[in-house]
Amino acid sequence: MKITRRNALRLSLAAPGLAALRRPARAAQPPIRLGFLTVKTGPLASGGIQMEQGLTLFLKEQGGKLAGRSVELFTEDTGGVPANALTKAQALVERDKVDAVVGPLAAFELLAIIGYTDRQKMPVLAVAAAENISQRTPSPWFLRCTSSSAQASQPMGYYAAKTLGYRKVTMIADDITYGYEQCAGFMRVFEDNGGKVIQRLWPPLNAPDYGTYIAEIRPDADAVFQAFAGANGFRFTQQYFEYGLGGRKPIIAGMTGIDDSILPQIGNIALGLLSTCFYSPALTYPSNKTFVAAMRKTYHADPGYYSAGTYVTGQVLAAALEKIGGKIEERELLMHTLRTSVVPETARGPVRFDQFGNVIGNVYIRKVERVGSWLVNVPIHTFHDVSQFWTFNQAAFLKDPVYSKTWPPTRYIEH
Amino acid sequence: MSAQFWLIQTLNAVAMGGLLFLLAAGFSLIFGLMRVPNLAHGGFFMLGAYLGATALDENLPFWLAALAAALGVGLLGAVLERALLRRLAGNEQGQVLATLGVAFIIADLCLMTWGGNPLSLSPPAWLMRAIAIGGFFFPAYRLAVLVLAVLLAVLLVALMEKTRLGAMIRAGVDDREMAEGVGIPVSRLFTTIFFLGAALAGLGGVIGGPILSAYPGLDTDMLPLALIVVILGGIGSIGGAFVGSMIIGFIYNFGIALFPNFAYVILFLPMIAALLIKPEGLFGRVPQ
Repeated sequence: MKITRRNALRLSLAAPGLAALRRPARAAQPPIRLGFLTVKTGPLASGGIQMEQGLTLFLKEQGGKLAGRSVELFTEDTGGVPANALTKAQALVERDKVDAVVGPLAAFELLAIIGYTDRQKMPVLAVAAAENISQRTPSPWFLRCTSSSAQASQPMGYYAAKTLGYRKVTMIADDITYGYEQCAGFMRVFEDNGGKVIQRLWPPLNAPDYGTYIAEIRPDADAVFQAFAGANGFRFTQQYFEYGLGGRKPIIAGMTGIDDSILPQIGNIALGLLSTCFYSPALTYPSNKTFVAAMRKTYHADPGYYSAGTYVTGQVLAAALEKIGGKIEERELLMHTLRTSVVPETARGPVRFDQFGNVIGNVYIRKVERVGSWLVNVPIHTFHDVSQFWTFNQAAFLKDPVYSKTWPPTRYIEH
Repeated sequence: MSAQFWLIQTLNAVAMGGLLFLLAAGFSLIFGLMRVPNLAHGGFFMLGAYLGATALDENLPFWLAALAAALGVGLLGAVLERALLRRLAGNEQGQVLATLGVAFIIADLCLMTWGGNPLSLSPPAWLMRAIAIGGFFFPAYRLAVLVLAVLLAVLLVALMEKTRLGAMIRAGVDDREMAEGVGIPVSRLFTTIFFLGAALAGLGGVIGGPILSAYPGLDTDMLPLALIVVILGGIGSIGGAFVGSMIIGFIYNFGIALFPNFAYVILFLPMIAALLIKPEGLFGRVPQ
């Protein structure tokens, strides 16, 4: 059965009185009420629609049941607007009486709702990558199965310095926190291992064109680290090749820079590009093979960051619910179980969680290759069990300011 | 700053100016001649890009795809003028709200039809390369866009200034009753203008496609740029729109290269200056 908001709504409207009467009878096992905050309209819709694809495919695969209980999915479209995200979160909690929320997509949406959901003791299983939500301003009700902003870029910093042997790198990313945090993590580890970031460029999120920025990339840079989000990574990469830099200066990308969802559009020029991510469609874990086959069959697309994010989130939630006999209403027990369990088999590999609810799992360095008729980000190196703190001492890491445009300070950029 | 820096950023600036003119020409026509602030213009541009992407997928040659998209968007514009905007003649507030509503509808229909992922548009194969100019590389396609923009500007000016159709349009705009009195079909002319303006937006979407690609949000990214160019260049002046586009191209490219921290406001500064010092724009006609 396809679970849409509409038929979930119809079910719940059918007999509201009866449902209320029935609820105390635990033995009857009423359905799990799962909230889902995503983005289906506006500029962020691409990622949000993929989040929905990942989650609905997972639930379909489970026969619409988690730990033996059927699942009602309540989907809300935030439009990618923080104020809407809060209203929709309130609707999920107060009107739909959900037991947990999957989503939201963007950091500013998460920041808009987290105060409210904390007060409501509402488990939030987010995709958003904002560092501090799992670091200096943690929430006891938060869980992230994907990656903090810098969790994947820090290993890339190491790989670029040690394996690729790059000495000088130019960084370019959207002029938003997500861009700063990825670049800061990359720069810190890259420079700790002998590299130098010689230039940083921050085009506005809605920059009409990257030609100006591409022309500014310093000729002496060995490579360019691009950490764009959404359609911008695709546009930048395309224009980079348009300016003839493609064959001359390699691009290495962050976790959303050359996502598998946009690879078919980038086309053959993407072959050989490197990126870092918690996931790859080419991973050979059995559940990932099932997932990729289902994505290709249903949506004629490979899963990327967002669809894999919600799919893995579903797997982690399912594993925790199995352990506690499906008792999702016991939220403290649920959070405790989520955060302390090792889930050995997810589409991205084995995962566990740190005390802040952030995932510890593999990060893959990937290379675009043609596999059959598909362009795929294929893993060429695996960093095992990577935490958001990389190899740094956690206490020391948390004493430093959060990654930003100004921290850590740049050491090799001439002004 | 090396000579190479100045050269490549100058090329960037004029190429971007060309692209901006393709975007703004249609807006200037509709706004300047009919006083309709068409906020759906960004939507027309985006729709053109998507239609072009689909046409290219069907293996149409690039220029044919551009014409097809222009025709499609132009027809939509004509229908909108007949069915919606005609009823709001003289009601500027109503026009703003109605065209804004149309913009939202176009955006969501595009999202439903083409999904959320960005679509790329391939330029003609012979332009898909970078030309070596004194030690650096510049995309051939962008130079072609510039050439096309210049040609289009000349054509449009000739159309408005040198042809009977242009004379009739100008007459209809200046004094509608008198024009109707001497037998000019003003009503049909206004539909023609809207068709032309929308078609130019659609054409711009396809021509800009290989640079910008088609993605949700392209409409709202482009609309402010059209406004800036037209306000700076002067309402109702094709030549003004061209000069405005070039000025914005230069300010944008050199502005963000030299003062990167001002990337957000740099595009709006010339518009504000124009509004303060010369509200009718550089080449605007003061309405009688």
